Amino acid sequence: MIGPAGPVWWRVPAELLNHLPFIDFNTGATELQSTVLWQIRMPRVVLAGIVGAMLSIAGASYQGVFRNPLVDPYLLGVAAGAGLGATVIIVAGRASSSSWPVDPLPIAAFAGGLIAVLITYSVGAAFGAGKSSATLVLAGVAVTSLATAVQTFLLQKNTDVVRQVYSWILGRLSTATWHDVRLVLPYVIVSTGVLLWHRRLLDVLRVGDDEAQSLGARVDRIRLTVVIAATLGTAAVVSVSGLIGFVGIVVPHLVRLLAGSSYRRILPLTVLFGAAFLIIADIPGRILSDPAETPIGVVTAFLGAPFFIIVLRSRQGASR
Amino acid sequence: MTSLAFVDVSVKYGPSVAVQGFTDTVRPGEWLCLIGPNGAGKSSLLRSAAGLVKHEGNILVDGSPLNLRSARRRAALVAHVPQSPSMPDDMTATEYVLLGRNPYVGYFGNESKHDRMMVARVIERLDLEEFATRRLGTLSGGERQRLVIARALAQEAPIMLLDEPTSALDIGHQQQALELVDSLRREHGFTVVSAMHDLTLAGLYSDRLALLHQGHCVAAGPADQVLKAETLSEFYGVSVTVLHEPDGTVVVVPRRTVPLA
Repeated sequence: MIGPAGPVWWRVPAELLNHLPFIDFNTGATELQSTVLWQIRMPRVVLAGIVGAMLSIAGASYQGVFRNPLVDPYLLGVAAGAGLGATVIIVAGRASSSSWPVDPLPIAAFAGGLIAVLITYSVGAAFGAGKSSATLVLAGVAVTSLATAVQTFLLQKNTDVVRQVYSWILGRLSTATWHDVRLVLPYVIVSTGVLLWHRRLLDVLRVGDDEAQSLGARVDRIRLTVVIAATLGTAAVVSVSGLIGFVGIVVPHLVRLLAGSSYRRILPLTVLFGAAFLIIADIPGRILSDPAETPIGVVTAFLGAPFFIIVLRSRQGASR
Repeated sequence: MTSLAFVDVSVKYGPSVAVQGFTDTVRPGEWLCLIGPNGAGKSSLLRSAAGLVKHEGNILVDGSPLNLRSARRRAALVAHVPQSPSMPDDMTATEYVLLGRNPYVGYFGNESKHDRMMVARVIERLDLEEFATRRLGTLSGGERQRLVIARALAQEAPIMLLDEPTSALDIGHQQQALELVDSLRREHGFTVVSAMHDLTLAGLYSDRLALLHQGHCVAAGPADQVLKAETLSEFYGVSVTVLHEPDGTVVVVPRRTVPLA
């Protein structure tokens, strides 16, 4: 409905309705408009919803297991690793890879993200004896810095691809296809399912490791399972969408304001709100610099950074 | 009713020894109170029985080793009330007490109707109904302490470990909390092990005292045998007068060592 090359607004719902089974009528939209709607706009909206939902529930889950409301799904180095993976592929020359059956970029980003988290985890476990979540977080910071440094180095050597890399890093829902949707959907479903299953246990963890353990919860196992599930889902969506920041912090907090602090309500609601948030956040990007696009990562950061500061302020003095 | 036996239990944090060779059997329904100066090993001993620190030796519940139990099974046998429980400000009182049901809920399960009824009964028993929907951050120290006890009660464990249950309370609420534990113990036949600083209260409510010093148990027995001026002076480095009330209560009164000018 919004953006260049759009049909009259009422044709859009009509055209979508037309795609439902057993419904077939003439919407009056041209072939081109129909294709734009179904092959370009629709996957973009659907992907935005999936990415938003995944980043939000991953954020809420990380905040639960680390008992820190300011933690985000990129914490353990997923983002930096994925960015590095993408950079390597772009630098290595995507021109030569355009004949490949599948686009190697998402795969490299996914692999980069997972490798970074694996390193984070093994470093954290080696020095923290698996007990302290602070060690893990610090390891994540170190891995993020390292991956970013390597990426910067690669970009310095290949300044011609800087623009391409940055447009990927800042989020690229604009090129979404149904293929992307099919690629991430299985990961997102599994990851979201596992996280939703843990919503009661995340409430138990709110009283801290020791007390949760004395209540019979296997804290280490819960934390590991939740972190793996959240990371896997995050890595998957990052690989197709690029880095879209602040969603994983903003949405869980909005949900907390509306529905209280129990993870039983927070986790399911973040899925809905996260999807809605990113679909809406994708709109200004299409209008602001019409007919070009403002990357969605820029939009979410513009919304998210002030929000983050407000949250920090309201948390001042208030203990969790 | 359930007994709790410590057999040669030692707790070490790296090279430092917190508890050394503690042996004691707490009879079913008995209240044992651990006393001793700060750092004597009281908390470590309680934490070892709660499965929160590694220990050497054996801890037996009704004769069978506790460390062979699964985490959930252990939590169904032993409830631990820490010295300063972490109580998230924005959690409601009912949500908090409901956590006590965790040992009875499967990994992916949810609390059953029975669990919720049980929690409602506990809240009623402890006269906490008016706070049920309040957030923990809005409650007073005494109310919070009662909630922590409520959570332990919801755990339905026959053994209760209380680490300084009254340290943050005024004298009235101290008495209230201890009376509550005592009446619950008599009602349900709980076996209680507590760590306490107030020696008079410790002697008043428990059946037996164990005095720890630098990880060793240096005296154990009924209040009038353990609470002696010379013993306390030796291990606490304190000057006290011990009074014996006609009803058997042992009162420990601190004395000034510097005379009034």
